[in-house]
Amino acid sequence: MELSYYPGCTLKTRAKNFEDSATAFMAALGINLKEIPRWNCCGAVYSLADDDLIHQLAPVRDLIRVKEQEQGKVVVLCSLCFNTLKRANLLMRNDAEKRKTLNTFMDEEVDYNGEIEVVHLLEVLRDDIGWKTISDKLKVPLKHLKLAPYYGCALLRPQEVAIDQMERPVILHQLLQALGAEPIDFPFATKCCGSFQAVGNREGALECAWNILSSAIRRRAEALVLSCPLCDFNLAGKQEELKQKYPEFKGIPTLYFTQLLALAFGLDSKVCRFELNYQDPRPLLESKGLL
Amino acid sequence: MSNVKGNPAITTKMVPVFIMGKRYEVPESFTIMKAMEYAGFKFIRGCGCRGGICGACATVYRKPGDYKIHVGLACQTVVEPEIYLAQIPFYPANRASYRFEELKPIPEEVFKLYPELFRCVACNACTKICPMNIEVMDAVSALKQGNIKKAVELTFDCIQCGLCASRCFGELPKYHIFQLARRIYGGKILPKAEHLKAAAQAITKENRYDKTLKSLMQMNEEELRRAYLEREMEPVTATEDWRPSEKRFLLE
Repeated sequence: MELSYYPGCTLKTRAKNFEDSATAFMAALGINLKEIPRWNCCGAVYSLADDDLIHQLAPVRDLIRVKEQEQGKVVVLCSLCFNTLKRANLLMRNDAEKRKTLNTFMDEEVDYNGEIEVVHLLEVLRDDIGWKTISDKLKVPLKHLKLAPYYGCALLRPQEVAIDQMERPVILHQLLQALGAEPIDFPFATKCCGSFQAVGNREGALECAWNILSSAIRRRAEALVLSCPLCDFNLAGKQEELKQKYPEFKGIPTLYFTQLLALAFGLDSKVCRFELNYQDPRPLLESKGLL
Repeated sequence: MSNVKGNPAITTKMVPVFIMGKRYEVPESFTIMKAMEYAGFKFIRGCGCRGGICGACATVYRKPGDYKIHVGLACQTVVEPEIYLAQIPFYPANRASYRFEELKPIPEEVFKLYPELFRCVACNACTKICPMNIEVMDAVSALKQGNIKKAVELTFDCIQCGLCASRCFGELPKYHIFQLARRIYGGKILPKAEHLKAAAQAITKENRYDKTLKSLMQMNEEELRRAYLEREMEPVTATEDWRPSEKRFLLE
């Protein structure tokens, strides 16, 4: 089986550990993630200004590339790309006037009317593959691993693009249970990681990260599980700065959910590219006998 | 019908064109460059090889009843009746300075030198204006995705005319960015050609061509002319087994 797949720029550069682990475990499930041709950067954030249509061109162009493949849907891994593409798709589907303006401007492309579906890989796992199939595939159950599922904003807000209940999401919890790990509930699981505040308001972003990480640690989580390279940058990439600001902070690794799937399916751990994780999770995984 | 000035053998129809807004009648078979010279313009910039290679004579024009901007090289594009045209001999674009030997063969070096790369909004105006039909936006995307090789392959035909930079919504100096990518790829990623090493050695170490060059420099004009006319040329139909009768200078 083949699924059209939109990687996003970060998965091709800084977050190869996210992409490589995903394509590997999907292949183990017999599904080929087929990269759509000629895709461009989605814009990295959905433009909120009502009359700012120029920033809708990038995501809509990507959706057109999917349509050209005669595919009904496209799978996205990065939460921010997912959010941007799905919202642009709804704009094209629901706003006739803006749709016409955008289609007229892109006179070199076929017209687009929001025909395709934008789905996150987690949705494919839950709705198309199913937790049971995943459990049946387990070679290395992630026993005794206490993991805090961190959702952030982009998978859940706004409501029309949410992949799960906004206030109390369970999709990552269910995945972790299917993998044999112990999901750790914590109240900051859906709070913002600081997002692009990391550029203009470093202190504010650090505080966001601190609130999230310390909350997970207080509940004895041993690592956080993510689906977004920007969350990873803020939560894991900034831990050295956090250690200086909060001397009691000892650090906590973060993992992409795809790395856990590859690990639990018993794939060669090379596909996880753990060396690219900001906070090395290997000592933890070794201590649990998982590596 | 009227005679073309200075060449009574050619008769041709005249068509009106608008050069920088002013109307001129020019022969219909002329290229834009010839038409402008015919109208009295003299090129001291914006004209180079006249063979469609160097990229110095990028021209933009519009046709009546068509909202599209059209582009071409003035030396290659034939005029059409009623077109409005102007040449863009140069378009300002900042080139980052760097020491090539210090660059690593990774996309992050391009990101550091040209952070404006990430201002691309995928409007595709660059692709639409490229006179060489390069997929310019795809090449920008490839670089953002860290794929130097793809960006280099897509922009191989770039003639550095600057039209892409002129139209860029994100104000990217694209042709400089791609040149940096090509330099990194050619100098640091592609394997070095072994035969080139041998050829360079023949020139710089063995001085294999010095004597011949010196004798050429000592010839007078008449002797040079004769040597040029009598030189042995590779026949058009030659296969790759062809060898000149003079074999002293071959590297084999």
